[in-house]
Amino acid sequence: MILTAIFFYVFAGACIASAIMVVTARNPVHSVLFLILAFVNAAGLFVLLGAEFLAMILIVVYVGAVAVLFLFVVMMLDVDFAELRRGFLNYLPIGGVVGAVLLAELLFIVGAWVIQPGVPKAITAPIPTTEGMSNTLALGLVLYTRYVYFFEAAGVILLIAMIGAIVLTLQHKPDARRQVISDQLARRRSSAIDVVKVKSGQGLP
Amino acid sequence: MTIGLGHYLSVAAILFTLGIFGIFLNRKNIIVILMSIELILLAVNINLVAFSAFLGDIVGQVYALIVLTVAAAEAAIGLAILVAYFRNRGSIAVEDVNLMKG
Repeated sequence: MILTAIFFYVFAGACIASAIMVVTARNPVHSVLFLILAFVNAAGLFVLLGAEFLAMILIVVYVGAVAVLFLFVVMMLDVDFAELRRGFLNYLPIGGVVGAVLLAELLFIVGAWVIQPGVPKAITAPIPTTEGMSNTLALGLVLYTRYVYFFEAAGVILLIAMIGAIVLTLQHKPDARRQVISDQLARRRSSAIDVVKVKSGQGLP
Repeated sequence: MTIGLGHYLSVAAILFTLGIFGIFLNRKNIIVILMSIELILLAVNINLVAFSAFLGDIVGQVYALIVLTVAAAEAAIGLAILVAYFRNRGSIAVEDVNLMKG
């Protein structure tokens, strides 16, 4: 039990510290790297909560895809980040006030709420407690049966995002020379070479 | 020294606030704003998974999966818009994004 508490505080502290660094780092590359650290620590919190599948998905999707995408964009765009940081401290007071008020409200809610007594009876898909039933299996049993439409909607969302990203970033260059394979295959000897008989003593016209 | 639901909710609340704070602090830099939105969605996911674990209902994790999907799609589209905008204007400052204001 004490070990769980120690790990919780380690993961939570590292997660919050790296989140602070994300929003205050001077260099956006460092921000992305701290974002990766925050996500890895959140995955640790998920493991502590018993959601192993989501933890692994978080690492694969975020660290493997989203954070790398961020890194690509940050490094690809030649942006003057020092110019973007000008006026950084001007926004500190208003941001601090809004953040402090929001945090105080949220923590008051966390400190004061209770679960309604009827809620534990209204559980729709209880987490199985039997041995040998992993979190992945339990999640799959629910996700592919009762929530299969949600699952397919997620797939459609990803498809739309993929098509949208390609459409937005694809560049058509009209003067670019592209390979036209049908033209290459339709090429015959008659269209490629021209045999000319040159009389001796005369050059070509 | 047991870790209860309130602990996880507090962590999620702090992360959410940091995301909001980041949007205020980096008002000129769209990339950091997108990263702050990712932090906010991560806080939401921690909330969902914590409730799922402590109430014993796995539907929260299903929903967290959907939120994860939407967050990935949002990051991809947002960064694509950012790249297209940078190609057109050569800058990603937020205050330049008022071309259509008329």
